[in-house]
Amino acid sequence: MSELFATGRRRAGASTASRRQRYWDVRAAGNFIGGGTGSGLIVAAAVAAASGASFRATLVLGVALIAAGLALVWLEIGKPWRALHVFFHPRTSWMTREGIVACAVIPLGVVAAAVSAPALAVITAVLAVGFLYCQARILRAARGIPAWRQQEIVALILAAGLAEGCALALIVGPRGDVALGLALAAGLAREVAWRFYRSALAREAGAAASLAVFAAPTARRLRALHRAGLGLIAAALVTPIFLDQVPIVAALAMAGGALVLLSGWGMKALLITRAAFTRTIVIPATPTRGLRSDTLSGERRRGFERRHAQ
Amino acid sequence: MTRYVMVADLRRCVGCQTCTAACKEGNATPPGVQWRRVLDLEAGTYPEVSRVFVPFGCQHCANPPCLEVCPSTATKQREDGIITIDDDLCIGCSYCIMACPYDARSLIDQPRYAFGEMPTEAEAARLNKSAVGVASKCTFCAGRIDAGTARGLVPGRDPEATPLCVNACISGALSFGDIEDESGPIAALLAENRWFRLQEREGTEPGFYYIWDKGTL
Repeated sequence: MSELFATGRRRAGASTASRRQRYWDVRAAGNFIGGGTGSGLIVAAAVAAASGASFRATLVLGVALIAAGLALVWLEIGKPWRALHVFFHPRTSWMTREGIVACAVIPLGVVAAAVSAPALAVITAVLAVGFLYCQARILRAARGIPAWRQQEIVALILAAGLAEGCALALIVGPRGDVALGLALAAGLAREVAWRFYRSALAREAGAAASLAVFAAPTARRLRALHRAGLGLIAAALVTPIFLDQVPIVAALAMAGGALVLLSGWGMKALLITRAAFTRTIVIPATPTRGLRSDTLSGERRRGFERRHAQ
Repeated sequence: MTRYVMVADLRRCVGCQTCTAACKEGNATPPGVQWRRVLDLEAGTYPEVSRVFVPFGCQHCANPPCLEVCPSTATKQREDGIITIDDDLCIGCSYCIMACPYDARSLIDQPRYAFGEMPTEAEAARLNKSAVGVASKCTFCAGRIDAGTARGLVPGRDPEATPLCVNACISGALSFGDIEDESGPIAALLAENRWFRLQEREGTEPGFYYIWDKGTL
């Protein structure tokens, strides 16, 4: 890289290499996995509740996943007994907001399941989407990590959470047309969001290392799993048109859900722990040396002499 | 209003790392944690290549991303522009580290010593237990500045009120002072020379200036 300055002399710039962040490990990834899948599962439970299907088990599991994710983060922070300090900065911190919304989602979800109230389940789902949005904004605000600071990551985290939750709902909950359609739509949304995110990342200077992780065989296999899962879910959706075989539909739905779920969890683990590199430090100009232009003089010289007179 | 900034004259820095050593000695940071680093960069393409030393650390931004994300309000911005961390509030979530575009923060997750698992006598005497498990970074030696200004000294001019790295710099590459003082040496230095700040497009308004040539653009 180089820049042409007003003097007409070309000054080459220079930059440092980026390095993989080492502070958020698999426990932090677990928060995004649990929070995303839990939120998506609560949404699936609310849709089931609204359509008259059973929803209590899926709702409780969704809440439990969110709580488990937060518990993993609690294990990661340096001062776990000060965890309540996380609520101190709601004005600008998305981490604080995440904690506050979680305090509403978890008890409300438990109550909704305990009293079997569909309306409460729907309210819980709205809050769960809010929780998921907070998680997405946490990553977006991490301006030191090019793989996270992209605007497109918000849609990706939202779509991925919904896809994972709806996929898990196919494994543990009712597998009707509504659940299958929802899982397929969420999975496709994740696919689209991923493409937008990946394109944005490719335009980001200094994101080469992250792109290399996403181009590596592990990531490619995970993406193939996702597409295969979506294919199985689509097959489960259309099979009843040709065959009246409930066990086959159930097997296709469960297998598809499992693949989408595994793929989503794997990609999130990669995103948080492997593809997260720091930014390169770029200097736009290199110093001009040897022209006696850098002589200490005046107050600067007096200050230097004063400091070194000690 | 006072706004303390640091200026590094890249033409003068020889990469001796005396500033790094002075900072480590003065602030007793553990192995692996350097609040004041000197980047050693290679620039250009053969045959026009050069080596550049860039004193580096927390940029004490006017619009610090770390302040915005901190959930515990441990990261604070003083009226003089210095960004601090309150060790008693920080939960060690590392979010500020992820938000810093300059990779200028560290988390001391456990006590570390220079020679194995046991501290030397000096390390044991200076071990700051409240700094373990929380984020840490350059403070512009805020304690020295406060103690010095309380005695009527001027940061950047009087050594007792000046950051240790600036005092230690053997070549006069580092300068420190109040940029709002229009008749002061920092304002003059920046007016007489060409400078840049790192990652300007981020809008963080860093308080660390790098001089690279004489004259103004």
